[in-house]
Amino acid sequence: MLAGIYGLLSASFFVAMDAVDVAFTEAAVGAGISTLLMLVVISMTGRKEKPTRHKPLPAFFVVIITGGLLIYGTLDMPHFGSEDAPIHNHTSPRYINDSMQEIGIPNIVTSVLASYRAFDTFGEVVVIFTAGIGVLTLLSVGRAKENDEEIESINDSMHQQHLVVRIVAKMLIPFIFLFALYVQFHGDFGPGGGFQAGVIFASAIILYAMLFGLVTARKVINQTFIQFIAALGVLLYGSVGIASLMNGGNFLDYNVLSSNPITGQHLGILIIEWGVGCTVASVMVVIFFNFAGRRERKQHKNKSQNKESST
Amino acid sequence: MIIGLFNHWIVIILMMIGLYIVIAHGNLIKKIIGLTIFQTSVFIFYISIAKVDGGTAPILADGITQYSNPLPHVLILTAIVVGIATTALGLSLVVRIKESYNSIEEEEIQQQDNEEQQSKNKAEENA
Repeated sequence: MLAGIYGLLSASFFVAMDAVDVAFTEAAVGAGISTLLMLVVISMTGRKEKPTRHKPLPAFFVVIITGGLLIYGTLDMPHFGSEDAPIHNHTSPRYINDSMQEIGIPNIVTSVLASYRAFDTFGEVVVIFTAGIGVLTLLSVGRAKENDEEIESINDSMHQQHLVVRIVAKMLIPFIFLFALYVQFHGDFGPGGGFQAGVIFASAIILYAMLFGLVTARKVINQTFIQFIAALGVLLYGSVGIASLMNGGNFLDYNVLSSNPITGQHLGILIIEWGVGCTVASVMVVIFFNFAGRRERKQHKNKSQNKESST
Repeated sequence: MIIGLFNHWIVIILMMIGLYIVIAHGNLIKKIIGLTIFQTSVFIFYISIAKVDGGTAPILADGITQYSNPLPHVLILTAIVVGIATTALGLSLVVRIKESYNSIEEEEIQQQDNEEQQSKNKAEENA
């Protein structure tokens, strides 16, 4: 819970420092998904920390000394909010002054993310994809069909208790999807884009899975299909790069995608934002499904063991 | 004068809290929470140096001349999502460790490893 509040708090002071895009992402990730993941894992590993014989004093010294040195290092740093800090004088004036002519969309963050630094973003998407694969290899379980039905019956009895929450969520979920799509396509003009939209989309699916049980959610959204979508997102992004290579430009140079460079930029950004959105949403869902699936299977195992021992 | 550096100090305090948790706690989940705090402090550092006095959010509009720096925003935007993906990877490792050692305390895991190693060595000596 504290982590969730922490996430929301950091989102709010990112707004205070004019970073609306970042605040958006942090609100969706920090307050929603990361808290949820922590809770799932804690419920699997146990809540109590055993008292250890670690001596905190040396650690404390190390921390104090490092902190002291870092603070000494900050004495020469530019002041908060100063205009002539080195960071504001190199690449960013070009982004601010020329991006409207070169890219043609008002949100500078999106144009830097998807066009000037598209290669960088491609790398990030691949990292997310790889992390998804990692979680899959570590946690994925071959599931037996008959187990599913038994788990489902347990779930049904459990979820009858939360009738109000379920009905309200049922009404909310379409709007969350709609909002995610709005964020996806409005990223050129306001805060938003593929990363935020992906996380919001995933959180709607996760909400559904939490309230109606994992098995039901898996029936609605096939996990193999989601894994396919994750790969498709990366492929889409990469193929835009290849397409611009084919048209005689550099990798991910959108100017050559259309006869008019601005249209080309619009097209390129639209497609890669789709790629990013697909990958982020599906990797988040895959991660959640695998964590929760592991947990449910474990509970099921414990229950059947208890049954055997009692008979 | 010197107060203008307070953003860096807050970042450093947060960072040191994270570092302390990573060093001093044996519980693997707490270590990961410490890492997350450390990570957020870096995010705050980037966003705070991007801020310009009198500037506004970097979305071009008429009548606004001063914007904050968009570049750190881009870097951190992607870093947040990558961060949650890698944290999930770390947590899944913790889950697997819990399953095979039945504990997530660093010392207990080390103890089990040592015992295993000793019994293996003994078996080799006997052979």
